[in-house]
Amino acid sequence: MKETILLLALLLFMVAIALLLYRVIVGPTMPDRAIALDTIGVNLISSIAVVSIILSTTAFLEAILILGILAFIGTIAFSKYIERGVIVERKGDS
Amino acid sequence: MSGKEILEWVAVLLILFGAVVSVISALGLIKLPDVYTRSHAASKSSTFAVLACLLGAFIYFWTVDGYVSVRLILGIIFVFITSPVAGHLICRAAYRANVPLAEGSGEDELKPLLFGGEGLTVSPDELNKENEK
Repeated sequence: MKETILLLALLLFMVAIALLLYRVIVGPTMPDRAIALDTIGVNLISSIAVVSIILSTTAFLEAILILGILAFIGTIAFSKYIERGVIVERKGDS
Repeated sequence: MSGKEILEWVAVLLILFGAVVSVISALGLIKLPDVYTRSHAASKSSTFAVLACLLGAFIYFWTVDGYVSVRLILGIIFVFITSPVAGHLICRAAYRANVPLAEGSGEDELKPLLFGGEGLTVSPDELNKENEK
C-alpha cells in the first residue's frame, strides 16, 4: 500500500514536469521559460527524495543538495542575462 | 497500529500531499495569464511542495532506518532560502526587459518611475535628489 502511494506520488511529479515542459517549449517570453525550468529543478529534487525512499537507499541524498544549488545558480544566471544581456561583467566592458 | 507505523503513514501521506500541491502549481503555470502571476504560482506552491516531500522523506528515514539525515535538512533550508530570491530576481528581470502585464492588471505605478513618460508626478531627477538628501 505504501509502495503504491509512493509510486503514485512519483507519477504525479512526472505529470507536473510534463506540464512544465509545455511552458518551457511554448512560453511566450524568456522569463516564462526560466521560471518553468526553475520549477522543474524543484520537482526533480522532490522526486529524487521519493526515488531514494522506494529504493530504500540514502545514496541519492547528495544529489538533492547539488540539484538545488544548480537550479538556483542557473536561475540567477538566466535572470541576469535577461536583465543585462551579459552574464559575467568585466571591468573593460561598458 | 504501533507508533512507528503511524509515523511511516504520516511520512507517506506528506509525500503524496506534496505531489498533489506540485501538480496544482504546474497547472497554475499553465493557466495563469502573464509572467508575474505565473511566478506567484511557481515560487509559492512549489516551495511548499518541496517542504512537504523532503520532510516526509526525512521522517521516513528517521522511523524506518533510524537515520537522521542532515543532508535532507540542509536541502529543505537551502530551497527555502533560495526559492524566493530566484522568484524575485526573475520577476525583476522580466519587468526591466519590458514584459507586458496581463490584460486588466490595473494601474502600473512602477512604470513611470523606471522608464519615465507621461502620468509622472515627480520627475526622475527630483526623485534622485530626494534620495540623496
